[in-house]
Amino acid sequence: MSEFIQEINWSPLWISLKTGAVATTITFFLGIWCARKIMKMKPVSRAVLDGILTMPLVLPPTVAGFFLLIIFSLRRPFGKFLLENFDFKIVQTWKGCVVAAAVIAFPLMYRNARAAFEQVDVNLIHAGQTLGMSDRKIFWKVIMPTAAPGIASGTVLAFARAIGEYGATSMLAGNILGKTRTVSVAIAAETAAGNYDVAGFWVVVIVALSFVIVALINIVSGRGMKSRRWI
Amino acid sequence: MKKKLAVIALAGIMTTGLTAGNVQAAEPGGELYVFIAASLANSMEEIQKDFNQKYPDVEIFYNADSSGTLQTQIEEGSRCDIFFSAATKQMDALVEEKLAKEDSVVDLLENKVVLIKLKDAETKVTGFENITEAENLALAGEDVPVGQYAREIFTNLGIMDQVEKMEINEGKNVTEVLAAITQGSNEVGVVYATDAASVADQVDIIAEAPAEALETPVLYPVGLTEDQEASSAEQEAAEVFLEYLQTEEAMKVFEEYGFSPYTEEKEEAAAEENTEEEAAE
Repeated sequence: MSEFIQEINWSPLWISLKTGAVATTITFFLGIWCARKIMKMKPVSRAVLDGILTMPLVLPPTVAGFFLLIIFSLRRPFGKFLLENFDFKIVQTWKGCVVAAAVIAFPLMYRNARAAFEQVDVNLIHAGQTLGMSDRKIFWKVIMPTAAPGIASGTVLAFARAIGEYGATSMLAGNILGKTRTVSVAIAAETAAGNYDVAGFWVVVIVALSFVIVALINIVSGRGMKSRRWI
Repeated sequence: MKKKLAVIALAGIMTTGLTAGNVQAAEPGGELYVFIAASLANSMEEIQKDFNQKYPDVEIFYNADSSGTLQTQIEEGSRCDIFFSAATKQMDALVEEKLAKEDSVVDLLENKVVLIKLKDAETKVTGFENITEAENLALAGEDVPVGQYAREIFTNLGIMDQVEKMEINEGKNVTEVLAAITQGSNEVGVVYATDAASVADQVDIIAEAPAEALETPVLYPVGLTEDQEASSAEQEAAEVFLEYLQTEEAMKVFEEYGFSPYTEEKEEAAAEENTEEEAAE
């Protein structure tokens, strides 16, 4: 057993953790920002844009990955532009893992944030306005705290999805040990190669890891909600 | 006399210069990106260790996935020096697009289609011919390559109708078929020799597919691909590694994992026939 552990290359774990953290942070802010913007739009443009933003949830991840690969392809204008002007390479790099995970996890954050914002009592906002609070202050002091439970659950879902992302990641970033192989990609690859013991090991690792992080998020986000205990 | 000496000296200087230049170009090193079909992952990792003992300066990065995905990634400009495909189709497409170097492509390995059962389990089946004597059969779906090969074998043996009447557990991929056998859900199943070798302690191979039952063998071609980012040392490394894959030492590892070396006798015979026909014309 100890020999087995010694032979394990731990890089997928660090890559997964890095990817999960960065992708969740990006989706957190981007999801909230998009949810706010969409809510202020007119119904028709809102419906259209909402459909587009939810797409990654509907598409099979490999298909989403394929689109991402085409967008960032070094043989196509956008990918070439990024590489030539900013030396920014998405395909086959760790950044690709982040992009894939963020895109796939984004709708979960965005949808939950939007639902949470929509349920905020308008009277609270109006009260803030009559008391002379600025819009920014109302957002941080009234809307965000009221929407916190929904935002927290969106974050948990987005993180879980980002950590579990495999289809789009392997398409865009590849499956390169030490560079772009995340735990989820490792599980899929080892299963395909018939190494069930290694795959099983990573399953245990990712389950334990997700459990700890989701529990942490819940504890942190639950702190401010003590008054709700009586429900 | 002086002139002669001068000429000899000059020639000497030039040769040293030449050989020195050669040595410099022939020093393989740097990063090597090798895109491999998922079924090659285990054997290639072992080969990497052997190779690195000889060439410690070459850092190999494998990208293991399905051959179709790898093809798409190469087409979209992913950095790749060597492509090792599980089927000729993807390699041919890349050669056509001038992304793989045609002269370098070798049909290196063959993966046999085999009939397996759970280790030490009893069965009346002795080969593909009398497979219908099994209670039930695990088979990959028609859209999965090994499922297509299995059906081609049954058709060519003239038993497709009887097989269709059997209780068939259709797997979405070869992993599911393998699991159906190792978990004892099905009596016999059809997989690749490499799959059977990966769980050799749990399954027995009943038989290999009869050679005449498969029109085209399951080939694994390997070849160099165009890599704009590679330095000359890295290009050299790619060539050296490709050569190494064709050595007996590497083949031994491949065989350990269930692959068979592909001998081109059949193709050569076919080619000869063609030339004869052409000559006759």
